[in-house]
Amino acid sequence: MEHVYLDNAATTPMAPEVITEMTTQMQNDFGNASSTHWFGRQAHTVMDQSRLILANSINAKPNDIIITSGATESNNTALMQTAHTRQNLGKHIITTAIEHPSILRPLEALEAEGFRVTYLPVNDQGVIDLADFDAALDDDTILVTIMFGNNEVGSRMPIEAIGERLINHQAWFHTDATQAYGLLDIDVQAMHIDMLSVSAHKINGPKQIGFLYRGPKIYFPSFIRGGEQEMKRRAGTESVVQVAGFAKAVSLITPEVKAERQARYFAFKQQLMARLNAADIEFAVNGSLNPDNLNHVFNLWFKGISTYALQTNLDLAGFAISGGSACTAGSLEPSHVLTAMFGEASPRIGESIRTSFGHETTAEQIDAYADALIRIINRIKTKANA
Amino acid sequence: MMVIVLDNSNIRVVVGMSGGVDSSVTALLLKQQGYDVVGVFMKNWDDTDEYGVCTATEDYEDVAKVASEIGIPYYSINFEKEYWDRVFTYFLDEYKAGRTPNPDVMCNKEIKFKAFLDYADELDADYIAMGHYAQVDVDANGVAHMLRGADANKDQTYFLSQLSQEQLKRSMFPIGHMQKSEVRAIAAEYGLATAAKKDSTGICFIGERNFKQFLGTYLPAQPGKMMTLDGQEMGDHDGLMYYTIGQRSGLGIGGNSDNSDPWFVVGKDLEQNILYVGQGFENPALYATKLDATNLSWTTGAARGDEFHVTAKFRYRQADTGVTVKMTGDNTATVTFDEPVRAITPGQAVVFYDGAECLGGGTIDVAYSDAKVLQYV
Repeated sequence: MEHVYLDNAATTPMAPEVITEMTTQMQNDFGNASSTHWFGRQAHTVMDQSRLILANSINAKPNDIIITSGATESNNTALMQTAHTRQNLGKHIITTAIEHPSILRPLEALEAEGFRVTYLPVNDQGVIDLADFDAALDDDTILVTIMFGNNEVGSRMPIEAIGERLINHQAWFHTDATQAYGLLDIDVQAMHIDMLSVSAHKINGPKQIGFLYRGPKIYFPSFIRGGEQEMKRRAGTESVVQVAGFAKAVSLITPEVKAERQARYFAFKQQLMARLNAADIEFAVNGSLNPDNLNHVFNLWFKGISTYALQTNLDLAGFAISGGSACTAGSLEPSHVLTAMFGEASPRIGESIRTSFGHETTAEQIDAYADALIRIINRIKTKANA
Repeated sequence: MMVIVLDNSNIRVVVGMSGGVDSSVTALLLKQQGYDVVGVFMKNWDDTDEYGVCTATEDYEDVAKVASEIGIPYYSINFEKEYWDRVFTYFLDEYKAGRTPNPDVMCNKEIKFKAFLDYADELDADYIAMGHYAQVDVDANGVAHMLRGADANKDQTYFLSQLSQEQLKRSMFPIGHMQKSEVRAIAAEYGLATAAKKDSTGICFIGERNFKQFLGTYLPAQPGKMMTLDGQEMGDHDGLMYYTIGQRSGLGIGGNSDNSDPWFVVGKDLEQNILYVGQGFENPALYATKLDATNLSWTTGAARGDEFHVTAKFRYRQADTGVTVKMTGDNTATVTFDEPVRAITPGQAVVFYDGAECLGGGTIDVAYSDAKVLQYV
């Protein structure tokens, strides 16, 4: 059976160029980038070259890029360290109800410490209302953390508008750009972003590597202590191989590639919907079909069909999609994103799946996927009516 | 001689995998027989404790290991709501009524062979399979007969007695013809991760926890008086729901000077909140000669007739007793015993057999000593 991967918002396969780059690195440079001998300098050079590529990708300076183990660490670092460093200036943090758990869980920990967190609601398209933001912002606010785009429904947040509003405010502006990176143009200077988190494995790079952009006016002590690496901002011996792979993955994604992917993924959505409509399948899009969204994410509600049945049947038929995050014992946790968009009583929460496209997805795969979806849904409906 | 090789690869069997050795071997045997096997773990209860430890997580990890070893896909399905609505609510209601429920019988009827079968249908299953010690034999007329598990010590037909023809025809019990020791040996031979895992004990959602404490978090305990049947006060009880007919332990009464026999629960008065106690394991108040049964269900589809003589069990792992069943309605009957039986407990299942075949069963409603109603509720 052929297995088709349509869960690219979870992770992506490494690009062949990335594999080649990393394999070469593994065979050649193994030195510790902090060492003061030839081997160390070789490694250090790779770090410098890579950091420049990463910085250029968001219009930042190389010194403002801190290499981390990925967006989860970047998010934890940005939130915990900002809060602890700035608590004398205020105790208020603004975020949204639909952030990734690597934002929400640290914020819960901060709430337990006495910080006040405002969770901005979202509309049924998964977007915050700037009026809510304006109402929440006060003199006590020290940090605003709002995702660039959502990982479950693909909605894009008004990042530019928030950045502008904070130009003359004490609050630092952090954005989790894990899903948007490599798909949308990001310019931390033009967008007035102070901190930004990304992971390599979402853009065909290796896992366990990412960065935290930390703007020139931002200061806090290292989250992980015990070494002088990353200009004393993140301890731990650098994984030069992973950094080189990450930089290679980034270098493959030019502005033209981004635009082409956005357009192609949008076309996949249209193709899938056309097939479902032609087969009279009852469905609705969770979110909007705005072409400026993160088009690789497509969240659909199939009325009356449980997420469990859909995901399991699709997997048995060879199609990998996401039914949500597993909590205990493989059980699906009700999506906090769909709950925020539609309310906890909405049937959409237990009857939706996320399909996410990637660089390797083809129109033929979308057709085969549509065939499988239609076949499965019709079979379940026929049995239920029997 | 012509050898016919059966091709089972187009027959999808969804196996209920609990993370135990029995369902592990069940999946293994089906895979060896060439079926299209899909493993599904049922999450019926949220038992995460204050430290975030959840036995379901560990069990699911075992399912993952075993399924990978066997080479089958595995998934999880959440039936917490169904279990709460259809099993746990019944469980609490029975305790509130002073009876001793059997949640395992209800779980099989409503969850493992209903909600799970419905889900398996959604997965395009031809059959479901479970690691129960029971056997299904379909006769020439297409009637399914449920037979006791070959391991007399492990036979689980008592708990499966409420299953219908429709449920049985869709069910496979691949280890039902085996001894538990054989099952363990197979698991060990194939190096399954669960080969040496200890059997689960007790009611699934309570696990190793203290039963009294568990029940007390859901139902208010109402302490009251403990008395002998002739009205002598013997101290206090913690709440009628904590006691079951015939139970010895935990009464906190010693013998008296004339009679050093231990004390047993011999009755309950729910209205007056009195727990009746009596001395001696063989206390006459513990012996019944007949019972009224409700919720009768027949594995064969129907009762044998209006009146018939078969054998019965009144609790799990009890030896059979000869009984005469006299139907009193569509699903009610009076069951008269060939000889008196100790500790007939309202709320528990009465299950009927004809030789190896489990015919079905019902719920014990009222126990009698001849014409006299025993005050067990």
